[in-house]
Amino acid sequence: MKKTYIYTIKIIALLLLISITEVISQTDTVNQKLNMDAVYDRPFLKLDKLPLAIGGYLEANSQFSQTDGVNEGISFQARRLTLFFSSTIADRIKFLSEIEFEDGTKEINIEFAAVDIELFPLLNIRSGIVMNPIGAFNQNHDGPKWEFVDRPLSATTIIPSTLSNVGVGLFGKYYLSNWIFAYEAYLTNGFDDKIIDNEENRTSLVAGKKNIDKFDDNFGTLPTYSGKLAIRNRKIGELGISFLNGIYNKWQIDGVRVDNQRYLSILALDFNTTLYNRIDIIGEYSKLWINIPETYSKQYGNQQKGFYLDIIANIYKDKVLSWDNAKLNIGVRVEYVDYNIGEFTETNTEIGDEIWAIVPTISFRPVSTTVVRFNYRYQSQVDFLYNPASKSGVIQLGISSYF
Amino acid sequence: MKFKLITIFISVFVIFISCDKLLPPAPEESEILDGPMENLSYEQRLQFLRGDDAFNEVFTKESGLGPIFVANSCASCHSGDGKGHPFTTLTRFGQDDTTGNKYLNQGGNQLQHRALPGYKPETLPEGASHSDFIAPAVTGLGFLAYLTDESIIEMSDPNDANGDGISGVVNWIEIPDYINPSTSAISQNGKYIGRFGKKASAYNLLHQTVGAYNQDMGIASFFNPIDVYSNLEIEPEVSNQTIYDLDFYLHTLKAPIQRNQNNPEVIKGKVIFGQINCGSCHKETLRTGYSPIEALSNKEFHPYTDLLLHDMGSELDDNYTEGSALTSEWRTPALWGLGLSADSQGGQYYLMHDGRARSIEEAILFHGGEAERSKNLYLELNKEDKNSLIKFLKSL
Ligand code: HEC
Ligand code: HEC
Repeated sequence: MKKTYIYTIKIIALLLLISITEVISQTDTVNQKLNMDAVYDRPFLKLDKLPLAIGGYLEANSQFSQTDGVNEGISFQARRLTLFFSSTIADRIKFLSEIEFEDGTKEINIEFAAVDIELFPLLNIRSGIVMNPIGAFNQNHDGPKWEFVDRPLSATTIIPSTLSNVGVGLFGKYYLSNWIFAYEAYLTNGFDDKIIDNEENRTSLVAGKKNIDKFDDNFGTLPTYSGKLAIRNRKIGELGISFLNGIYNKWQIDGVRVDNQRYLSILALDFNTTLYNRIDIIGEYSKLWINIPETYSKQYGNQQKGFYLDIIANIYKDKVLSWDNAKLNIGVRVEYVDYNIGEFTETNTEIGDEIWAIVPTISFRPVSTTVVRFNYRYQSQVDFLYNPASKSGVIQLGISSYF
Repeated sequence: MKFKLITIFISVFVIFISCDKLLPPAPEESEILDGPMENLSYEQRLQFLRGDDAFNEVFTKESGLGPIFVANSCASCHSGDGKGHPFTTLTRFGQDDTTGNKYLNQGGNQLQHRALPGYKPETLPEGASHSDFIAPAVTGLGFLAYLTDESIIEMSDPNDANGDGISGVVNWIEIPDYINPSTSAISQNGKYIGRFGKKASAYNLLHQTVGAYNQDMGIASFFNPIDVYSNLEIEPEVSNQTIYDLDFYLHTLKAPIQRNQNNPEVIKGKVIFGQINCGSCHKETLRTGYSPIEALSNKEFHPYTDLLLHDMGSELDDNYTEGSALTSEWRTPALWGLGLSADSQGGQYYLMHDGRARSIEEAILFHGGEAERSKNLYLELNKEDKNSLIKFLKSL
């Protein structure tokens, strides 16, 4: 299988080379938006008399996959349809909501529905269903913004994007010549104990965020804190550091204490930059710590970590058919997750439950809000016991577009 | 620029069409343990698949796990239907003779050393004699299940009548009420022949399955509705249908397939295996009796076991026993699939009942008692012959 790796890496290197050697200096203004601005940084349609602006996006793809020779065939997936509604209620008061239909109508989620009140640029109040500011992907997750069909593993399984909760918070920004400093700080409801008791058989914040009661009940009864500091230099790029901390277990029922308070914390680092105006580099690292009773099963790990690194190069930009500014991009994602960091006490050997993947991509953007993506995914996964890895190859062709 | 665009498109397309290496190939059928046996009907395959789901079901608090347990799914101990890892090794304790368990009020005979948050797991009572059991592979068991009692008794030699120093005996066990002994079953004073488990203390695969649900995972069933924690009868946490499906699955998992059997070294190793009497206990070829599952009826198979108990000497004597077995007696484990053991044990061999042997050679060196003579013959082999023998064992 090594050959396949080398093969794909060679092709990517070649294509990158072509693009880099062709760098022409361009004079576009470099993006001044932060990840936290992504909620409003979307195309909206405003009808004349309606007080509401409407937008949304769709993601659909076809996929052919094979794991250890077992062919899962071709499937067509309508992954999500998301609708946004926004309105300016009054001066300095804004409302925005995001409603997502996942896998058809299997899951309908309110991902975001909040009112923002601006006091000063440095002090805004947000309340409602908010996206926890943890990592970059969680805040900036719209399909059409990405060159890959799949969302990054670490940003969907370690940080379970889209992670939103009922809560309140503050955010603000400060500008200083080429620099922007920003902060966000929220108090929200949190996770439940399905995190360490689920059919995935591993610590899973995804399983722990599913409880339908979370919009009116806080399982851990104390608020979950999340906060982020971001810094952006117009010439260099953006760097974010974020943190989340909360209780995930029912430690108290009707005022009676039934367990210790068990905490979980996530730390995330994210950055993005653009080189030569045409190569985007985006990355995020996340780590989870969680307090699990010693007498429970190590099957559920008390630490997880993961990262993804996307490198995207624009190799063609010109008029194609009637699109004046069509773009062809190539790129690659490298990603890794370790769902159970630690050793078996029985053998002093490392616990597995890890995934590596490399995903070369070619994407075509007829307009900036629509992307057609062609991905190949090569994935190697080891189980909990560190048995020989299972290998998967996935070929995906998908489209994602704002409307 | 346009030219480049088109070239890129075409070259990428060609790469994908031409390179089927991009889709990882399947391992050879003989390299993996799981999968159904051949010649099952569609209906049987569907039941097999339902059983496969049950085997892989992960139990949670909601679906009845525990509250005290050893592991939370069959597959977490028998990964890929193969042998287990020390992480899920279980401990039995408190029985050093045939008079029963001395610690019934302290959780005997199996330790559940893990617990749901908020519950207290069991700890080994001080002074209790105990034995650790690492999970065996569960493949090919349908063949062993349809071996007749008569043929097991035929292989036994309780008084060593043939004078080879090897005296296999059967484990006479009491069977629970929910088990209907087969029509060809042989009984002695109301006791039946056990054939599954390290000490052959389970009568059949249903017996083993019900016990595993209850003792390994804390899942109560209609057949054994006693909760491991409270010792009270509770509602079943798994349906009878699921148990029957799982029982069928265990019967119809394919037998491990030998690899490299035509390799000259492997052929030579097999001859040595016979010459140094390994085959007196690890019997190569057996034959099933009648089975309602056509694919298992009157079939020859090659498990390398006699399903009998053998005294393996003091080093393997943990002072713990089940049924009529002595504390030093262990049931001969089947050797088929041996070469694939490490693939489910995290890349490392853990052999013998408690996984104490880290290689096949170490396993042989732990043989004592009735197998002492055979082990000594092994030690007398030259290096080359030893290697051939190991190579043969790895081909199984
Ligand atoms: C905690 C780990 C563990 C779990 C969970 C577990 N097993 Fe086992 N299994 C073992 C061990 C250890 C043995 C040997 C037991 C003995 O000697 O009594 C065994 C033995 C067996 C055997 C007999 C194999 C033979 O060659 O004699 C079968 C069949 C089996 N298990 C099936 C199952 C099924 C079905 C389940 C789920 C319902 C299950 N096991 C769950 C550890 C486990
Ligand atoms: C007297 C009967 C007997 C003889 C002879 C014998 N064995 Fe065994 N063998 C056993 C028993 C019983 C065990 C299981 C012991 C235990 O679990 O602690 C075993 C275990 C093994 C194992 C480990 C299997 C596992 O799954 O953990 C291997 C390998 C093995 N024997 C190979 C051999 C070889 C090679 C020879 C010839 C040199 C041999 N045996 C001779 C009875 C015998």
